[in-house]
Amino acid sequence: MKRLAPLFLAVLALVAIGVVQAALSINGAGATFPNPMYSKWFDDYHKKNSNIEINYQAIGSGGGIKQVTEGTVDFGATDGPMNDEQLKAFQDKHGFPILHFPTVLGADVPTYNISGVSGELNFTPEALAGIFLGKVTKWNDPLIAGANKGVNLPEADIVVVHRSDGSGTSYIWTDYLSKVSEEWKSKVGKGTSVNWPKGLGGKGNEGVAGLVKQTPNALGYVELIYAIQNKMPYGKVKNSSGEFIKADLASVTAAAAGAAKSMPDDFRVSITDAPGKTAYPVSSFTWLLIPSKFSDGSKRDAIKGFLKWMLTDGQNDVEALSYAKLPKEVASKEMKDLEKIQ
Amino acid sequence: MATTTTTVPSAGPIAGSRSFLSRLRDGDEIARLVTFIFAGTVVIITVLLVYEFWRESYLPRHKFGFAFFVTSVWDPIFDKFGALPFIYGTVVTAGIALLLAVPLGIGAAIFLAELAPARVSDTLQFFIDLLAAVPSVIYGLLGVFIVIPVMRQYIQPALKSSLGFLPFFQGPAYGVGFLTAGIVLAIMVIPYIISVSREVLISVPRDQREAALALGSTRWESTWKVVLPFARTGIMGSIFLALARALGETMAVTMVIGNTPTISASLFSPGYSIAAVIANEFTEATGDLYLQSLIELGLVLFLLTFLLNGMARLLIVVTSQRGSEMGQA
Amino acid sequence: MSSRLRWRKLVSHFMLTMTGLCALVAVSVLFFILGYLVYHGGTSISWNFFTKLPAPVGETGGGMANAIVGSAKLLLLACLLGVPIGFFGAIYLAEFSGGTVAFVVRYAADLLNGVPSIVIGIFAYSLVVLPFKHFSTAAGGFALGLMMIPITLRSTEEFLRAVPRALREGAMALGASQWKTIATVVVPAAYRGILTAILLAFARVAGETAPLLFTALGNRFWSPGWAQPTASLPVMIFTYAIAPYDDWHRQAWAAGLVLLALILIVNIIARMILSRGTTVPRT
Repeated sequence: MKRLAPLFLAVLALVAIGVVQAALSINGAGATFPNPMYSKWFDDYHKKNSNIEINYQAIGSGGGIKQVTEGTVDFGATDGPMNDEQLKAFQDKHGFPILHFPTVLGADVPTYNISGVSGELNFTPEALAGIFLGKVTKWNDPLIAGANKGVNLPEADIVVVHRSDGSGTSYIWTDYLSKVSEEWKSKVGKGTSVNWPKGLGGKGNEGVAGLVKQTPNALGYVELIYAIQNKMPYGKVKNSSGEFIKADLASVTAAAAGAAKSMPDDFRVSITDAPGKTAYPVSSFTWLLIPSKFSDGSKRDAIKGFLKWMLTDGQNDVEALSYAKLPKEVASKEMKDLEKIQ
Repeated sequence: MATTTTTVPSAGPIAGSRSFLSRLRDGDEIARLVTFIFAGTVVIITVLLVYEFWRESYLPRHKFGFAFFVTSVWDPIFDKFGALPFIYGTVVTAGIALLLAVPLGIGAAIFLAELAPARVSDTLQFFIDLLAAVPSVIYGLLGVFIVIPVMRQYIQPALKSSLGFLPFFQGPAYGVGFLTAGIVLAIMVIPYIISVSREVLISVPRDQREAALALGSTRWESTWKVVLPFARTGIMGSIFLALARALGETMAVTMVIGNTPTISASLFSPGYSIAAVIANEFTEATGDLYLQSLIELGLVLFLLTFLLNGMARLLIVVTSQRGSEMGQA
Repeated sequence: MSSRLRWRKLVSHFMLTMTGLCALVAVSVLFFILGYLVYHGGTSISWNFFTKLPAPVGETGGGMANAIVGSAKLLLLACLLGVPIGFFGAIYLAEFSGGTVAFVVRYAADLLNGVPSIVIGIFAYSLVVLPFKHFSTAAGGFALGLMMIPITLRSTEEFLRAVPRALREGAMALGASQWKTIATVVVPAAYRGILTAILLAFARVAGETAPLLFTALGNRFWSPGWAQPTASLPVMIFTYAIAPYDDWHRQAWAAGLVLLALILIVNIIARMILSRGTTVPRT
């Protein structure tokens, strides 16, 4: 085995190339949904401040909450806000609270594959809850057909597809279903993973998209940006004002604006089924989780600097990547909260 | 000839007759001790791993007890956890994978070792070894975009119309499911079986084959009755490697199995496996009971590997006894 | 007699053809996968890929230089941990041990081998990351090294055992001590197999994502030293493959191809180094 030594030396030489740097490095981890946005932001911020390297890794929202609580990363990120128990766990462990900062908005859309139907379908909350509960089983069920007059829906079984991996996408979808259906709330509930009454599980957005595209008469849900980027057909959903709304960047921001008036001080808010005539009902914020105390002053200043930039100039980059911007009120409320970081 | 073909060339302590002191002087005892420490590390790591998982799964073990193994509800919201469908899915998919991969892999290994010219064989082997490095997420993507459509449109309807009277091939053909997962797993483990088996077959001494041929055996008879028995433990080793990989594979399986905790005789049915559910839910799991239940699933997989491995070992003992009886007859 | 002979010959031809068919099926499936990867990866590879840091979505010209170096560092650590334990452990099993101890070690190795990679990751996380409160290259290398042990151990053992007893007895008869026999006769005789074993284990862990997610984490930038989170090709492939952008999908395929190329190069170098001056012929 000694003959492998030159090989190891070669590798070591390769490694040495990498050891030329002395910037301030900050590590964060969490939600996968905003990862493209965050990587763009952190890259731009690094270009402006070449001595600051903010490294973000998409390991999942649950992972983000867990890691920031354990103290293995400097900040976390999540698609669903931390619950009271998790907040208390952080407080108990560190002696100071953790703060939520909304960054961008996302939405879930129902996507389908029915032969002969190419247009946009309308979905009522009752129809969606019924389908995912396994009560509405045929495409020509009155609950679906009633909202889609003139569309020739087949008498075929609906193949339900959901996310199998724990994800913020599922959290938003089940949060919405829990708000519009008492039965869903009591039987299934909301969470990143639930006990689905029906359907196939696809791993990740591609898993769901792949299954829906390939299986005739399938219905699933994916993130809006995924549907836009991959040009998938998706339906309108009826909001709390009774309007059928198509998900787009404006209707998602509208949902956030509707909720902004009643925004709690800690930003932990669900905006599914939000009020507002033009609001798309299956929308959500995504959050950065920032500890309120940093022992390292330079890290604190770097993170505060980033947040300030993200809430102002950074928001201009958002729509190019098909995320929805924060409403102005929310952004300015967050600016005030920056002082809480010490 | 009979003795050499039936005795596995296990080295054993061939120097047992020499005195301890002379062995110490020659350095043998030191070598023995050093290698023993390395071998012992493997056991220590394994025990440590089991201990960690045992400790970290305290809550569900006490809350559910044995019911964890025999109930089928997996509900993170209402904190009910049962492992049965996952156990079933793991066993079935690994079984299908081995059923497909073992004959195919060993057949290919025989061809490469015994018939193909050395140059061709070595070159092919080179590429086959590369495949072990393909990340499983890529196997998963290939499964989603190629295997699933092919299964749904061609293979499953064909199986249904020809063998549909069997309970294994009934029900709607979604493309995803136990059978698809088994096939993808088979593709993933074939390189292991070929690589190790071929290498073992090649290392069977040439005189073994020549002796058999000289005695009037056909080429196949010399392979089947002389070379294979000689290489039997090595080939079994390759199957163990394949089994282990099939049991523990996550990313590729979860992308093609359908991720629905069901127990069904139909191989077309969507299912779920232990490794897949851990990978799917571990990163997002919040709540101690939930997290610990996932860790207990890891422990269950460990137990399952333990049992299946034991059974396979027993099988080897039984078959090798029969083999040696045949050799003597 | 002659009809029986003809029958035996027929069986022989049939079975050998079948093995040829098996090889054809297996090899063509495997080549299809390689071809697919080369096709999809090859179209999006460029020099930048090897020299630049990752670029965010929508910007061209990014590469994965840090992930390539990161993977190399991780694999180096993995080999330093996995190869000695696997190799010397295998020598103990094949040459020194009696029945019971060997049984226990072998069983333990098979169990370890069956542990899903994500579980290994969790284990390494609680053993290395939590105590140091930091994700690091070292933790990732540890996790991968653990995974290398059982594959190296079990296959190396098989190849050592396949060395004919006569060779050992010959050396011992000439007065060599047991460890000298092992070092100068048995291991050289089995070197091809041992190399296969190590390369197989190496290749296996080179493509692993799950154990790295909770140990090496990932890094958008260069990772100095061994105590910082580091990028690696499999993790990059994973995050890029699940993102919604075509551009990232292309880069994921390209990274897959680079990963294979990395393994290919290591394969070639290792074989070249080891074949030089070794005169054990293929039997």
